This record gives sequence, structure tokens and C-alpha cells, in this order.
Amino acid sequence: MSGLDARLVVRRGAFDLDLELAAAPGEVVALLGPNGAGKSTALRALAGLVAMAGGHIRVDGADLRPLPAERRGIGMVFQDYLLFPHLSALDNVAFGPRCQGTGRRDARRIAAEWLDRVGLAGHAASRPRALSGGQAQRVALARALAVRPGLLLLDEPLAALDAHTRLEIRAALRRHLAGFEGAAVLVTHDPLDAMVLADRLVVLERGRLVQRGTPAEVARRPRTDYVARLVGLNLYRGRADGGTVAIEDGAGKLDTVDSLTGDVFLAFAPSAVALYRTRPDGSPRNLWRARVAAIERQGDRVRVQLDGPPFAASADVTPGAVAELGLAEGSLVWAAVKATETHVYPA
Amino acid sequence: MLLLPALAGLAFLVLPLVGLLVRAPWSTLGTRLAEPQVLEALRLSLVSATLATVLCLLLGVPLAWLLARVPFPGARVVRALVTVPLVLPPVVGGVALLLVLGRRGLVGGWLDSAFGLTLPFTTAGVVLAETFVAMPFLVISVEGALRAADLRFEEAAATLGATRWTIFRRVTLPLVAPGVAAGAILCWARALGEFGATITFAGNFPGRTQTMPLAVYLALETDPQAAIVLSLVLLAVSVVVLAALRDRWVSAS
Repeated sequence: MSGLDARLVVRRGAFDLDLELAAAPGEVVALLGPNGAGKSTALRALAGLVAMAGGHIRVDGADLRPLPAERRGIGMVFQDYLLFPHLSALDNVAFGPRCQGTGRRDARRIAAEWLDRVGLAGHAASRPRALSGGQAQRVALARALAVRPGLLLLDEPLAALDAHTRLEIRAALRRHLAGFEGAAVLVTHDPLDAMVLADRLVVLERGRLVQRGTPAEVARRPRTDYVARLVGLNLYRGRADGGTVAIEDGAGKLDTVDSLTGDVFLAFAPSAVALYRTRPDGSPRNLWRARVAAIERQGDRVRVQLDGPPFAASADVTPGAVAELGLAEGSLVWAAVKATETHVYPA
Repeated sequence: MLLLPALAGLAFLVLPLVGLLVRAPWSTLGTRLAEPQVLEALRLSLVSATLATVLCLLLGVPLAWLLARVPFPGARVVRALVTVPLVLPPVVGGVALLLVLGRRGLVGGWLDSAFGLTLPFTTAGVVLAETFVAMPFLVISVEGALRAADLRFEEAAATLGATRWTIFRRVTLPLVAPGVAAGAILCWARALGEFGATITFAGNFPGRTQTMPLAVYLALETDPQAAIVLSLVLLAVSVVVLAALRDRWVSAS
């Protein structure tokens, strides 16, 4: 089998990681998860920087697990790039080819080509400290790619950048990843980076896989609270009985248009929640009385956290609506969600 | 309350140096410095201190790396042993060297019979005595730099295919270069001023083992003016060393 096929088992004190990971050649897989989930540990295990307690790592059919880091032929872009401060950008990129036995002149020629490819031909002689964050990131990428790796690992490649540079670099990184022929694994805690850069997402929590799929699947059908928060949906577990779902950990029931039976997830967007000061006329079916727990401005919208009973939920309203409804923490409102706005899928 | 003793302390440190400058025979300084004995002692001092520093670098940097990077049982004991020459009276060091490397010493006897190699009372002996007292300065400085260095650079180098030796040579060593340089300068200054171990182990033969500090001591009894001139040279060297380390220490706060 070509590409990456791995099972990573790492034990360190109370933490333990057990993750199966596969990526086809040319495919970008994003490892997504909260802090401490084991994303970076998984990446370091692939690179040979952390000892594995079990499992296997195969890249294009070759078993890499017995090999030390320097013989795995894996390119890695580190979170803060770790460019060698005493070497110029060119020599940083030439470092890998030199270690692979390429002569000095050829290594520099290869390095110059890579710098050109990432648009930094003019910065070949610059020391890392003279480079901006975005430039350093591109040099780090060029350095990792210059060893012609069979597998490319990226550890939070955009985390150290400010918001503006991030946009630009994300687009550039996407282009370079599209041009990379091997498998790539990207670690991030930013859902947007993952959605934009990756072909598939693998969500990791406490060292275990909790969900995998294409970005669209994961965004539409979150399976844990963490993923739901990430993609910005209200998520509930419950039991479906035809068109009605009884919410777990709560007294409420929600009507839906999907007719499933058994254990299900039910999701709806905060923007699908309508708030009223008084009980609305015509009574939409999913209507409940809720208490405002918190109000928080998010861009041009306002996120209102509603407390149970019957269940907690987030609602997005306009700033105008907040004033009109006289919303404040602790105030009571009526909340409604149309059955057509809910989405139910098997647990 | 504290100001008075502080000023007294400062005066105590500075006054002797001032005295040296005041009593220096400035008018005859040039001719005295050009005297062959002075030049000979100066040359010997510079050469032996430099050789001792090279020896310290060759042995001390790997030792510092071992202490900083390779966990082994008894590492703390080894670290303590390395620093012994720092606190040991240099004369005792000289006696110890004599017992081991002297003609009838544990190792010296063998060197003598097997290779006809004699170390005590030779220039090589001077270099060894200076190396003995100066090496801890280098080891401590380099070990500190190695411990402060970010290990992740070495990991990055490993993912790029670098072997352990390549990593040490092309990443670790350049990263700790300021620490190595500082250690080497300290080491050189300590070797240059070495007296006790040198005179005990290598003796006091002009042109062969008589370094500047030994010449100063000897001159003090026969020609005090010459002793002052020699002292001035050593003082000048110390000031230069201090200037070289200025960025590292004086402005460290």
C-alpha cells in the first residue's frame, strides 16, 4: 500500500495515545483536537522523535518504525519553524540534501530552487532572525520538502502567524501542499486551517480517535461536543422515535423532519434559533422557555448562551435584536427552532 | 549602614591596581618591556596558555557534552569531580600532577620507560599544569550553554537526516559557540595567570617553564621595578579579557 499507514501507540505516564492513521499519496490529513489530545505526540512518533510502545509506521510500504529519525526520510515543519539561527535561509534549506550526501554545490543549487519555489529567492542570504514569520514558515517548508520526503508532517504551521499573514500563508501553503506528491499530515487546533488545507480530518481527543471524515462531513455531522464547538453547532445526543428526538441529559424533546429511530445525534446552527420576549403566536413546534446565561459579541453577530432546562443551547442574533428583546444575563426568553433547521443522524 | 563597607570593599579591590599604575616606571617602560627575559616570559606565557586552552577545548567540550546530554549513573559525582580543580589550592594540584605524571609517578613512570617521555619541568608540563587548573572553567561554561540550548533544533536536524555527529558539529556546536568562546577566554585568562601548579609541577626555568607570573614573583626579590612592569602587562591582558567578555557579564544585568 502506498502512502501512509500507521498505528501509533505511545505511553507516557498517565497519557496514552493509540491512533490509526492513513493517508494516500497526495492526500492531506489534518489531525484536529484540543490541547493535550496527543496531536503533536502523534506527529513526533511518526517522525521518530518519540519512542512508540506499539503499532507500526509504513510509508509507501516500507516499515519505518525500527529506523531512527534521521533515516526515516520524513519532512517536518515545526510549530516555531526551528530554522537554524546560525545558517542563512539557503544553508537551512541545503542542510537536508547535504545530510543525504549531496555535494555542497549541488545542495545549494537544490536549496536555491526550493527557495525560488516558495517565492523567497531574494532572501537566500538572510539569517532566520531577519525573516518575517511568514517568510520563516516558507523557508521551513522549503527545508522540509528539499529532502524529497515520502511523508510531510506539519505541526501547527500557521499558529505562530498574525491574522493577516495567516490568510496569505494559508493560501500559499495550500498551493504547496497540492503540489506535494507524498502523503501529508497536518496538526492544528484551528478548524478553519483544517477545513481549508486538508482533504480529510481526523479528530483526536485524549489520545483516541473520536471522528474522521471529509471536512464537509465533519462540519455537518459533529460527533463530540468539542467538534460541535469547533464547527459552531448545537449538538445533542438523544433517542429518536420517528420525527421526535428525546434529548439525553435533559427533559426536552425536539421535533425533526428526519425520521430515524434509536440513538442519534441532533444538531442545529445557533443562527437557526429564534428568540422572543413573549410566547410567539402560531406556536412553532420546538419552543421552550430559556434563561440567558451569557451574551457575547462575535463579529457582527451576538452569541447568546441559553441555560436549561430543558437543555443548553447557543443562539446567534443581531445586536439590534439584543436591544429590542432587552436581553441581559439572567433574563428569561422564549426560544424556537424550526424542525426543518435540525439535522439528525445516527449515533 | 551598608554604604561604608561597600565603599571600603570597592577601595580594597581598586587601590592595589591604582598603586600598580602609580608606581610603574613609565619612563623606562619601553626598554624594560623589550628586555629579552621579559619577552621570553611573555612569549612562553602566551604560547603555553594558548596550548592549554586548545587542550581544554579538545577535552573539555566533549566532557561538557557528556555531562549535559548523556544521563549516566554517577553524573553528579563526575560533575563534582570536574569542579575540584576550581577549589583546590593550585599548589596541591601541582603536587598531585607530580605524583601521577612525575618520573616515578603512576602514569609518568610508564610514559618515561615506554616512550622516554618526561613531562615535569618541561614546557609541556607547564601546559598540563595550566590545563588542569583551567579546564573546569571551560567545562562549566560549555555545559551551561548546552543545557540552555534548545534541544528541538537538534530534533529538527535529525528529521533532515543528520547523524548524531553531524548534529553536534553543524547544529549544537554553532548554537553554543558564544558559551564555548566565553569559556575559552576564561580558561585562557586562568591559564595565563597560573602560578602554583606550574611552579610545583614544571619548576621555574627561564625560557622553558618560567611564565609571566613566575617571572613576576622572581623579579620582586631582585628587581621590583621589573616586577611592576610584568604585572602591568598581566593587568593589561586581564582588562582586555574583561572587555572581550563585557557583553556577557558586565551588561548581564
